[in-house]
This record gives sequence, C-alpha cells and structure tokens, in this order.
Amino acid sequence: MNTPHTLFEKIWRRHVIVQRGDSDALLHVDRNFVHEGSMFAFGALAKEGRNVRKPRQTFAVADHYVPTLNRERGMAGIADPEVRNMLELLENNARANDVVHFGIDDPRQGIVHVVGPELGITQPGLIVTCGDSHTSTHGALGALAVGIGASHLKQILATQCLWQKKPKTLRITVDGALGPGVSAKDVILAIIAKIGTAGGTGHAIEYAGAAMRALSIEGRMTVCNMSIEAGARAGMVAPDDTTFEYLHGREYAPRGAHWDQALALWRTLPTDEGATFDREVTLDARALEPMVTWGTSPEDALPVSAAVPDPASVSDADRRARMEQALRYTGLTPGTPLQQVKIDRAFIGTCTNGRIEDLRAAAAVLKGRKVTVPSWVSPGSTTIKRQAEAEGLDRIFREAGFDWRASGCSSCASMNGDIVPAGERCASTSNRNFEGRQGKGSRTHLMSPAMVAAAAVTGRITDVRKL
Amino acid sequence: MKPFTKITAVAAPIDMANVDTDKIVPARFLRKARGADYGKYLFHDIRYNADGSDNPGFILNQARYRNVQILVAGDNFGCGSSRESAVWVLTDYGIRSVIAPSFGDIHYGNALQNGLLPVRLPDATVKKLRQQLHEQPGALITVDLESQTVTGPDGAVCPFDIDPSNREKLLKGLDDISLVLQNIEAIEAYEKRYHGELPWLA
Ligand code: SF4
Repeated sequence: MNTPHTLFEKIWRRHVIVQRGDSDALLHVDRNFVHEGSMFAFGALAKEGRNVRKPRQTFAVADHYVPTLNRERGMAGIADPEVRNMLELLENNARANDVVHFGIDDPRQGIVHVVGPELGITQPGLIVTCGDSHTSTHGALGALAVGIGASHLKQILATQCLWQKKPKTLRITVDGALGPGVSAKDVILAIIAKIGTAGGTGHAIEYAGAAMRALSIEGRMTVCNMSIEAGARAGMVAPDDTTFEYLHGREYAPRGAHWDQALALWRTLPTDEGATFDREVTLDARALEPMVTWGTSPEDALPVSAAVPDPASVSDADRRARMEQALRYTGLTPGTPLQQVKIDRAFIGTCTNGRIEDLRAAAAVLKGRKVTVPSWVSPGSTTIKRQAEAEGLDRIFREAGFDWRASGCSSCASMNGDIVPAGERCASTSNRNFEGRQGKGSRTHLMSPAMVAAAAVTGRITDVRKL
Repeated sequence: MKPFTKITAVAAPIDMANVDTDKIVPARFLRKARGADYGKYLFHDIRYNADGSDNPGFILNQARYRNVQILVAGDNFGCGSSRESAVWVLTDYGIRSVIAPSFGDIHYGNALQNGLLPVRLPDATVKKLRQQLHEQPGALITVDLESQTVTGPDGAVCPFDIDPSNREKLLKGLDDISLVLQNIEAIEAYEKRYHGELPWLA
C-alpha cells in the first residue's frame, strides 16, 4: 500500500530538485508573476548583470499603479509622472527580458491574481510565485502558490528555483451549506476571526469540506486569497471537476492530447484518504452569518448582527491595548451595534472580490436601488469588465449611482491614487483593514460584495439579508 | 549582504501586536526608488505629525533611542504584504535585529535576505524583555547568532532557534543566487525530465 499524501505533499515532492537537511528544499517554480512593484527585483538583477533564466515561465501584469479613469488614453492618460514611470519600468523590464507583458492597453490586463487563473496560466499541481502576498489566491486551482519578497523574486528570475523551508500543513474543513446571503468572503473572514491573523503562520492551508466543494472557482479564490491574512504561507483547494471545467479552453491551458495528459495528472492530486495534517480546524457553514470587520486587523471580524466589542472585557493586556488602538483609529464606541455604523464610501473590486461572480452578487442587490454615498467598482480584470458589460451589469451599477471604473488594484492599497480620504469610512470588498491601507487616515470595513452594495444603498453597515 | 554575528546595542520596546507592513512602511512610499534613504519612511504615519514634525509620543523619537539597533515587539511582527521595503526601512534606519514571539512568514524570509536577524522567543520572554526595557529605558540587549542567544538587560540568557542554513547564510553574508546556481547540473537535469513529461509547462 502506498503511503497516503496530502495535496500539498504531492505538489511539494514533485518539485524538489535538491533536498538540504530535513526541511529545506530547492524547488522548481512553474509559473512566476511580476507587476510594477517587481522593479526592485529587476533592478537588482540588472545590477548583478544577470538575465531572466526562463522568460517563458514569467508573466508581467500591470495592476497596482494603473489608473482606473481615463484608460482609453492608455499611458497618455496618466497624470502622475511617478505612476507612469512605474508602468514604463515594468514594460521595459518585460521587454528587455523577453517576458510576456499584459500592460495597461492589453485587453487581458487586470490584477495579477485574477489574470493568472483567468488565462489558464495557473494550473493544478504547479508551484506559482509572485512578489505579492496574495499569491495564495492561485491555490484555488490546486496549485501551491506562495508570495515572496524582492530578493526571492530576483532569485527566481535568475534561476527559476526557490529555496523553501517546508511549511506545516493545516486542513480547514468547512462542513454544511452556506445560507442565503452568506458568501466565500464571509467564510474566510470567519476563519480568520477564529484562528487569528497569526493562526496559520508557518502552514500551508488546505480548505476542504462540503461548503468548499460547493464554491465556484471564483469563491475558492476569495477564500485562498485571504490565507495570508490568517498568516499562512499558502492556501489551496484540491482540484475537481469544477476546476477542470473552469480551465478548459482558457488561453494558456493545455490543449488536445496535452489536456488529456494534464487531466489524468490533476486527478491524482487530491489528498488521499487517511493522509494526516499537522493541524485540523473545522467550521460549520450553517452557523455563518455575513461578516464585517470593526477594527484594523482582518481578525477583527464579527457577524453583522454583533456590536463593536469592548476592550474592557479582554484580560490579555497586549490584546486589550491593540483593541483600544483599533477603536481609536476607527472612531467606534464599544457596544455600538455594527448596523448603526455609518459609512462614507463603498468600494467593490480587488483580487479578493473583483471577479464576475462578485459583480453579479453586488448588482443583484443594487438592481432598482440607489446608493447614498460615493461608490465605485473596479473589475478584477479588463476581461471581467467586458463580460460584465456584455451581461448589462455596468448599467445596473451606473443606474444605482456607482462609478464604473477600469480594472486594477485601485483602492485596495490605493497606490494608483484612488485613495479614501482621511477620516472617511469605507465599506470595502478588499482584504486588509490596516491603518492607512486605503490612504492615510482611511478607515476600512471589510465585507462581501453583496454587503458592500447593501451598505452603499443605506449609508450604513447593513445585513444584506434584511435589505 | 551584511553578515550578522553578534551585536550589543540599545533596544526599544514596541508594544504592539500585529505590526503590519503597511504600518512599517505605508504603500505610498513603495514607488520610491531603492537607494534613497529609506530609513526616513520607517513607521512613517505613527512617527511623524501631520505637519511633518516628529511625534514625541512615538518611542523611537525619544533621544535615548537615537542609536537603537534592536526592536522588541509583539506577536506577528511584519504581517501583511510581501513588500521587502518593510525590511529596507528597518535596516536603513539602523535596525539589525527584531525580537518577537512570531513574525509574518514572508517578512521573516525577507529579513534574512538583508542581514536583518528576526529572533523568535517565547511570548513570556518577550514580554519580560519589554518590561525591563521600560524599567531601564535605553538598556542594552545582546543578540548573538553564533551561540543563538539573546542576553537581556538583567543578564538572563535566552536561547533561540533558527534554521541552520539560514544561520549559516546570515553569519557569512552569503548570496542565495550563487548558492542556487551551485546546483545548476541538478536543476538542468530536473527541468529536462520534468518538461519532457509535461511539455506544455516549458
Ligand atoms: S488588489 Fe489589493 S491585495 Fe490584490 S494584488 Fe492588488 S493591492 Fe494586492
């Protein structure tokens, strides 16, 4: 009998080139993504006189700094010379190194973690890297996807390999079915609230259970995306027919005989019966409500029916101090029902929740309604934007009073200038509510697309199920 | 990379858990070319007042921490984004080591690439160190990578764990690319076999 292995273990073993000691391995990297922020790695590479060793295995996407307005004018529409410089650097670095580049004008442009899966570049069983922490998103297709910093990116560009210490494994099983109005975003916020932002540190998470199997690839990406907010090295879901159907026919997916061969391999990847994990966590999907954050860490998430917590009820001094600071920053008073919290803005988009399914969920709420606060939506990719327009979603958003923007990271980290002004409170589908994340002094409340749409309509945090 | 062997230096207590990389360096500075003095962006939004003057309430602005080289922080230091700038602002400011109960994984890896030694110590030990630093502001701590120990202001010696290969690289200041390329024959043989089996991935 063969020893049973986990999905993670199977991918890891296939990619070890050299083993050093018990846990250190030199791994082959199948797919590497770069974006504007990769300028540091390219710069250092050039300074050392090195080239990209496997240019066909790296893909460049402009996302963090692209403007979401005036896009029909391309580069010429960018007012900020520093931003233009970032985009030009990426383009030049890609060209100089023979790397495919989905630039500001490319019909396939979008957020790197949306574009990779959407074009079929990301596939089951691969090791995927990107100089960005939300690389974990790609794990939704059954890949081992890890975010790295500039030095490691430089190494991958130069060698197509990466030294990694083997992470521990954590299986999070979400049993049961999600109730109406409860989505993938609520699942991952509930997980982070439960295990904490350091709960997954040093681990690769596999999400399993009936609720995960029932999610679309889009939903699985939302969950895997925020694995990093649980501190994990990676998040993944075993590939199944949903995965294969999603990938079939995509531009970079294998075709013909290669597709059949790939499929046969992909079917061997799911975790074997009896395989063990270093840790297990379970959650009951039936018990989940729409979730909202109140503080400045993604673990500060509560069901929408709850009230702002009271630091005085917490015994650990460090934790109490952190809660007090979070409440000072967000300007909230303990005991206030979350649904009484007024918002100033609403934002839908990002690699967490900028996919077609997210836009459909928000549009379903907005249809026939009007927003009461400035609201905008930036689709996760230009492809998604076109698809949404073909489905008439843009009209619903516009008629409700939403700004229908072009695709990019936009107000997630606000690097392109789409900032939330200081002191303003934003209902956002993004992944981080850190101090200053959406701009200096900005206050972020994380929630699902349907919940953001509901908040945009009422001007306060709202239970979408009761709207 | 600057090697790390042993330092004895002023340590500052950072009484915050989950210090995220946006707090260490806000996103709007990530477009600044490396080479400029990155140290000035460290903890930018809590370190300076709105008018650009120093916030006297922020610990590193106190004169006694002018030569700080060690930070002692709360749990999950450096969580959040993968930005290596969050290491560069620390090293450019003069920080050589951060002691905390745990670190964001990516930040931990980035630190090791830049000669910044992240030291994981048990929660109770870290709390005790911070308490001593509050009682004796400006006190010194010794971080010794060779013996894998931290010596607190009270002279208590605490051992810490670090992966042996990371320790070796840090002690010698070795560059990872050359370490990888020492294996070029194994890499090429692997790729030949792997891409022979899965040609669409080449
Ligand atoms: S959308 Fe946000 S989290 Fe995703 S890659 Fe862009 S900045 Fe990062």
